[in-house]
Amino acid sequence: MHELAICQALMEQVERIAQEERADQVLSIHLAIGPLSGVESRLLEQAFSVARAGSIADSAELVIESMPVQVNCKQCGQLTEALPGRLVCGSCGDWRTSLISGDELELRHVELIRQTAEDSFAPARRSYNS
Amino acid sequence: MCDTCGCNVTPGNAHLVKPGGRLSKTENGHEAIDVLHGLLDANDHTAAHNREHFNKHGVLAINLMSSPGAGKTRLLEATIDALKDELSMAVIEGDLETENDASRIRAHGVPAIQITTGSACHLDAHMVHDALHQLDLQQLDIVFIENVGNLVCPASFDLGQHRNITLLSVPEGDDKPAKYPVMFRTADLVVLSKSDLLPVLDDFDPDKARRYLRELANSAPVFELSAKNADGMDAWIHWLLAELASLEQQSGRLAAEPA
Repeated sequence: MHELAICQALMEQVERIAQEERADQVLSIHLAIGPLSGVESRLLEQAFSVARAGSIADSAELVIESMPVQVNCKQCGQLTEALPGRLVCGSCGDWRTSLISGDELELRHVELIRQTAEDSFAPARRSYNS
Repeated sequence: MCDTCGCNVTPGNAHLVKPGGRLSKTENGHEAIDVLHGLLDANDHTAAHNREHFNKHGVLAINLMSSPGAGKTRLLEATIDALKDELSMAVIEGDLETENDASRIRAHGVPAIQITTGSACHLDAHMVHDALHQLDLQQLDIVFIENVGNLVCPASFDLGQHRNITLLSVPEGDDKPAKYPVMFRTADLVVLSKSDLLPVLDDFDPDKARRYLRELANSAPVFELSAKNADGMDAWIHWLLAELASLEQQSGRLAAEPA
């Protein structure tokens, strides 16, 4: 059940972003997760429902996009779908493939409400390159 | 150890250093921030930091993973006995409870740092970082990190190791790579441990285990090994020494480069 630890890392990131952006509330959090990340979306959702309590994301929705497992064949060059436990080329069957998608564990997008910041500090674009 | 490398930078803010944060407005006037951060950025940052330490001191870091009871500690005991005259080693032990494994290692004359994780099912880079503070890397050639016995969770956490070794013991069955793809996909070497049991557990087919591993697009070598009767130890020791030599060559090259 390492999803709890991962959810904790997620909450830290979201709270930091909300703080940086001077947000009052987090509306939704969007993740991309592939089966080869080793993280179960269902368990992460359960952990999130506990972890968000009392935070700025108290009523936030967690939206998880499940990424497909796709491999690129080094022999025939085809891009095909594969099973997490069997990453062979769907076209020629060769095992020498490289993973194109399926191991994602990413925070992609956060939606916020910011009511008080408009008049004081509201940059149109905010870079994290500080 | 960390007087010059920025340990005091909190790992949690690593993701904020990355460029690419973007702000826009949604139709209903809410702010929408595109971020694209790895969920484990904080862990990965500390892992990279650990790796820098290992590299700086030319220490090979090996992460040993397997299910509980596959023979990780037994392999380490045999490895220490085989190499202790020529190399200086240390072991970081991860277990939910007890100092048992660390005591076993220390009995072979090698320092061992026990991390007890409580209920945590894996080691993470922060735990390893704390343990590294208790070791004098200057004096070491190899640090073995014996992860918590678990074929699932440890696979998701980079510790800063150079190589991942996954043990698959003969009693577990030859289809484990297909059942635990996340773990076996990341293995740089797979050890089929307790190979002395192959004659009695003859439904375990080493070739099948190899085939399942290849079907994860993993070309890692597979060694059959019995730490009990020393069969296959030579190949493993040879592999370790080659990895160490290649690391030393690499760090020698880096040191030779003008700053």
